[in-house]
Amino acid sequence: MAKSQVNPTRMELTRQKNKLKTARRGHKMLKDKRDELMRQFLSLVRENKELREKVESGIRACNSNFVLARAGMSAEALNVALMSPKQEVYLEADTKNVMSVEIPEFKYKTRTSDSNDIYSYGFAFTSSDLDDAVKSIADLLPDMLRLAECEKSCQLMAAEIEKTRRRVNALEHVMIPETEANIKMIKMKLDENERSSQIRLMKVKDMMLEEAHRYDEKNGGVGVYAVEIEESTGED
Amino acid sequence: MYKIAVMGDRDSIYGFAAVGLEPFPITDTEKAAEKLKELVEGNYAVIYITEELADRLEREITYYSERKLPAIIQIPGVFGNTGKGIKAVKQSVERAVGSDIIFGND
Repeated sequence: MAKSQVNPTRMELTRQKNKLKTARRGHKMLKDKRDELMRQFLSLVRENKELREKVESGIRACNSNFVLARAGMSAEALNVALMSPKQEVYLEADTKNVMSVEIPEFKYKTRTSDSNDIYSYGFAFTSSDLDDAVKSIADLLPDMLRLAECEKSCQLMAAEIEKTRRRVNALEHVMIPETEANIKMIKMKLDENERSSQIRLMKVKDMMLEEAHRYDEKNGGVGVYAVEIEESTGED
Repeated sequence: MYKIAVMGDRDSIYGFAAVGLEPFPITDTEKAAEKLKELVEGNYAVIYITEELADRLEREITYYSERKLPAIIQIPGVFGNTGKGIKAVKQSVERAVGSDIIFGND
């Protein structure tokens, strides 16, 4: 199968053998990496699924709360109430290294120290439904942030798993067989060369003998005996 | 220090302003794409985007998903849950495993 052109030399053989060794080791390591990534990914994605279901139903509840709040107040009053938020959320994003994938880790800070200090309006002109709505959304916030972290990690890990799997497959199905074929080819070529040079030597020897015989024949056949002697001594 | 943004139609997101996220009420697709670009380049670690708007910004979101930050997360809007958010999770499973093994029984 392998169709890359290689020189059938001993040096190339050594090089290919080293290449095969490296490829095998890399293959094993990448396979381990893939398996471990997959394990972590699966547990993460399960968490992701649960969080998402929770957050989605939470947001649905928040929305219905807000609909209630809106129904009980005029649009202007609502806008004024939410116009200048009291609370601000800052995120600190660290990264965690999981099998060479950098996944984000969020830590959040609120501007005011009391995380329940969320009502940006006086209670006089707003309905209590708005309080409920704002509270429900504030309660949901940690889950939403965790969801963001989890989902982003899943995306990044999925991309890395895909990449690793491709590499494993490329090594397993292309690189390693190709190198093996190359090694086999070089070995055969070398053996072939050796045989052919052996044959050449034998042939040359035959020719030399032949020449010697003929020379003796020309000399009147006296020398056959002599040549035989010469040959036996020559072989020592 | 990173901030958190929320994008989508006004009714779906103004509640988040109360808890300190930054709302960007946008419904126009082109403007939203521009805004998203601006937010991605800006100092935001998480961008929540309503499923309805995300549907129209599919290409941009896929493009930005390779980045380490920000995380672009779809949330259901006020018009209900389109199931797009969970589909995105499904897709990443499919991408990693080759077939969907987590949500198969749904």
